[in-house]
Amino acid sequence: MNGKSFFVDLTKCTACRGCQVACKQWKKLPAEETVNTGTHQNPPDLSYNTIRLVRFKEEVVDKKIRWNFFPEQCRHCVDPPCVGYSEVEGSMIHDPDTGAVVYTELTKQENYEDILSSCPYNIPRVDPETGVISKCDMCIDRLRIGLRPACVTSCPTGTMNFGDREEMMDLAEKALATVQKKFPEAELVDPYETRVIYLTAYPAQEYYEYLMADAAQTPRKGLTRKQLFAKLGGAAARMRS
Amino acid sequence: MTNHWTDIKNSDCILIMGSNAAENHPISFKWVTKAQEQGAKLIHVDPRFTRTSAKADMWAGLRSGSDIAVLGGLIKYILDNELYFEEYVQNYTNASFLVNEDYAFDNGVFAGYDPKTRTYDKSSWAFQMEENGVPKQDPTMQDPNCVLQLMKKHYERYSLENASRMSGLSIDELKELYSTYAATGTGDKAGTIMYAMGWTQHTVGVQNIRAMAMVQLLLGNIGVAGGGVNALRGESNVQGSTDHCLLYHILPGYLKTPKSWQDSLAAYDKDYTPVSNDPESANWWSNYPKYSASLIKSMWLNDDPATAYNYLPRLDTGAASEYAWLTLFDKMGKGKFQGLFAWGMNPACSGANAGKNREAMANLDWLVNVNIFPNETGWFWEGPDMNPETIKTEVFFLPCAVSIEKEGSVTNSGRWMQWRYKGPEPKKGTMPDGDIMYELMKEIQHLYEKEGGAYPEPVTRLTWDAIATDGVFDAHKVAKLINGFFTKDTMVKGKTFKKGQQVPSFAYLQDDGSTCSGNWLYCNSYTDKGNMAARRDTTQTPMQANIGLFPNWSWCWPVNRRVLYNRASVDLKGQPYAKNKPVIKWDGTKWVGDVPDGGWKPGTKHAFIMRKHGYGQLFGPGRADGPLPEYYEPLECPVKEHPYSGQLHNPTAIAFAEEQKAVCDPRYPLVCSTYRVTEHWQTGVMTRNIPWLVETEPQVFCEMSRNWPSSRASTTATRLSWTACAAPSGPSPSLPQGSSPSPSTATPSIRSVCLALWLDVAQERRRLRQPADPVRR
Repeated sequence: MNGKSFFVDLTKCTACRGCQVACKQWKKLPAEETVNTGTHQNPPDLSYNTIRLVRFKEEVVDKKIRWNFFPEQCRHCVDPPCVGYSEVEGSMIHDPDTGAVVYTELTKQENYEDILSSCPYNIPRVDPETGVISKCDMCIDRLRIGLRPACVTSCPTGTMNFGDREEMMDLAEKALATVQKKFPEAELVDPYETRVIYLTAYPAQEYYEYLMADAAQTPRKGLTRKQLFAKLGGAAARMRS
Repeated sequence: MTNHWTDIKNSDCILIMGSNAAENHPISFKWVTKAQEQGAKLIHVDPRFTRTSAKADMWAGLRSGSDIAVLGGLIKYILDNELYFEEYVQNYTNASFLVNEDYAFDNGVFAGYDPKTRTYDKSSWAFQMEENGVPKQDPTMQDPNCVLQLMKKHYERYSLENASRMSGLSIDELKELYSTYAATGTGDKAGTIMYAMGWTQHTVGVQNIRAMAMVQLLLGNIGVAGGGVNALRGESNVQGSTDHCLLYHILPGYLKTPKSWQDSLAAYDKDYTPVSNDPESANWWSNYPKYSASLIKSMWLNDDPATAYNYLPRLDTGAASEYAWLTLFDKMGKGKFQGLFAWGMNPACSGANAGKNREAMANLDWLVNVNIFPNETGWFWEGPDMNPETIKTEVFFLPCAVSIEKEGSVTNSGRWMQWRYKGPEPKKGTMPDGDIMYELMKEIQHLYEKEGGAYPEPVTRLTWDAIATDGVFDAHKVAKLINGFFTKDTMVKGKTFKKGQQVPSFAYLQDDGSTCSGNWLYCNSYTDKGNMAARRDTTQTPMQANIGLFPNWSWCWPVNRRVLYNRASVDLKGQPYAKNKPVIKWDGTKWVGDVPDGGWKPGTKHAFIMRKHGYGQLFGPGRADGPLPEYYEPLECPVKEHPYSGQLHNPTAIAFAEEQKAVCDPRYPLVCSTYRVTEHWQTGVMTRNIPWLVETEPQVFCEMSRNWPSSRASTTATRLSWTACAAPSGPSPSLPQGSSPSPSTATPSIRSVCLALWLDVAQERRRLRQPADPVRR
């Protein structure tokens, strides 16, 4: 068993935000007070109470508009750097069955800046009042009773898929081959490093700066994000859980 | 929809025009995406670049209101290049019919126009008839008076250049659009149209849809899998309310509302029962008297239909200017109404001229607002420019149960009647709408019985308890009554039925009161076999599975036929044109696949059984605003003239003299259109009370192009600060020089700035003392 994975086919995402709302509903997370800032994207960023966010980005390429949608969540890295950086026992659990990376209330004892900077995808968010850090937990409570994550069940177009890792990798590679006929720049984003495998139609940076772990990222604690992965087991191809 | 949601996956080319399906019908994209996976092209024609455009192979950003220029151009392109499906056009449409020689069209107006009444005398639009009473045809389609030739002549003016000039699309864009869509004009390809309010809410709304229906007929796309003309309904049961005919001009099952001069049921039936002398025309509406008698019987079970016909209200005219929704508020404003039930509707918010509606409501004696939450209609007297002290209207609020708290059916866009069971009990103090209506009418009956009145019989004779059990509203009884039952022991088609037995299908309805049916189209939905709408069986044959047809899942009108006009999907021998996705097929002894449009052997009846002559109507002689769609500008527009004729606006459009129109008015330089967002529903009465949705879309907003000069934009934005509209920045052909972006620079209009955040939902609610703050802190 290599645990579970998501396959997220962005070529099919219509940014309906069903997943974003389904996430809040299942997690009983409160709504934030927002304002319209000239984009549908709202809340503007991830937060302690918004652990899943659909990002909207407009690009004009060859006088044609590309409006790219990116449902962002924790990638549940195969070898999660955040867990490697954890200094508090029991604050982060790397579930052996699924590969889910689950944060507990003990994260309030962590150094949030360290945890955030360890993440190649800029995901963890802290509750300013309690210091507890939060992010997607793969709906591990649902998985334990045989349900799929809430976001996946809400998706109308087949963008969000979830299942055994081998099955998702297989699906991802087949989809890539099909999609490349229409979108030659299509790519799978960090498929070996993460459990949330995005398929893009266009280069990843046209969606969001943190969609793909950036090899040229300014070193944090002396390491690039790619190096971080390498340091933490270089599990790339092994896909162990 | 002639087809249904799942069927969209069978399409080879999906045209979304007059709709933003990805945002307003998100689930539809399940099927659009499946079609795309199999290689279908997706074209989005819309003034705005939306989430639908983002998924399309092609986006064509037309100027709002220029649809018929584009569609007329498509018709011309198909005719000029002979891209129509010839066998289909010959056999199944009225292309070969000869039109009366008196028919004429001159400078934007058809023959028979009366400027005083703003209506047409349509007699000259009729077809020439043979002596035996069958329409004259020219099978070669060369006669100058035949429909195909008249269409060629009519659409001569609809050149690429003119379409480009009015729509703002480039000629290259138009060519790409036309050639891609017209490629479906072969037997094995299917193109579909998904449209919504972007087409219907125009003074040429009917003709927008007519124009596309004609395109579909020319290309052989009606009746086939992945084709059809598909209206996307904006509310879960709009199709159901349409079928049960809430509008003034029709009664349940699309029967006509009686007119004052039709003083007997026989006279009424005679006016609306078409007669065909062609033995091959099924002319299904010839059954009209059976449906009207059964409808009347369903309401007055203790009277014979001829007597009870007199209980129906009658109209003095069919004119929209007398009875339509807009007129209702116009008359209310003039004090011609005393009371209003606003039931599941929020006209103070949803009307195009909401301010006018609010002012009108101030003239009422009473207003009853039935809704799940208080809304702008109920508190209109607190709105802008209102002085509660001088408003006499007494407002009552009746809280009703939400959809999941009651049992009943909804009919989706694909005509599926789907039964819903009741979930939780309604909150204390609220009631399902059916219970409210039942109790209300019981009280009205009681009052009429006690106090009499001008004409009490229609109310007192009403067999209202047919929808209740032991004095309580019963959704199953309503559904059974809508289907209909035998009112006495009857023999039909050699079968005997006992009194009280459900009518198995509308083919068994009678015109003598021996059957009742609240809606003939739904006859077959609740039979002696049970509630067909409650079925959830996915069993299907391999042929049905191939096109995603689930005949045992819920129930679909008519008689569970999932694709309307499906006899046009096969040739005269009953063999499917599309071998890879047949809808029906004659196997030598019977039809297989979908329920066919009539069970007759292939080639024995014309395909379009609901039309008097049996043919799809390229030429539509019954339409109010002309037999062929014609280009007219919206009543408010940025152009003084257009290249198609000297007639700027639709001469039959309903207009209110007191309402000012901005035509080329420099004070209103922008073409605006309103639209909906994914995250809110209707006027937001429900969704604005859901914090997660308010979080995603917290405010009403306005989008404008960054290309507008900043001074103009900011002035306009100020003005917009109190006007409920949003501005797409599509190219406008005749705006002052230098202010109109050319089509190429207009492209990034989506890179819009959000200006004038003029109505903060949360603030508004606090101001109005609505108790629930939508945002949790």
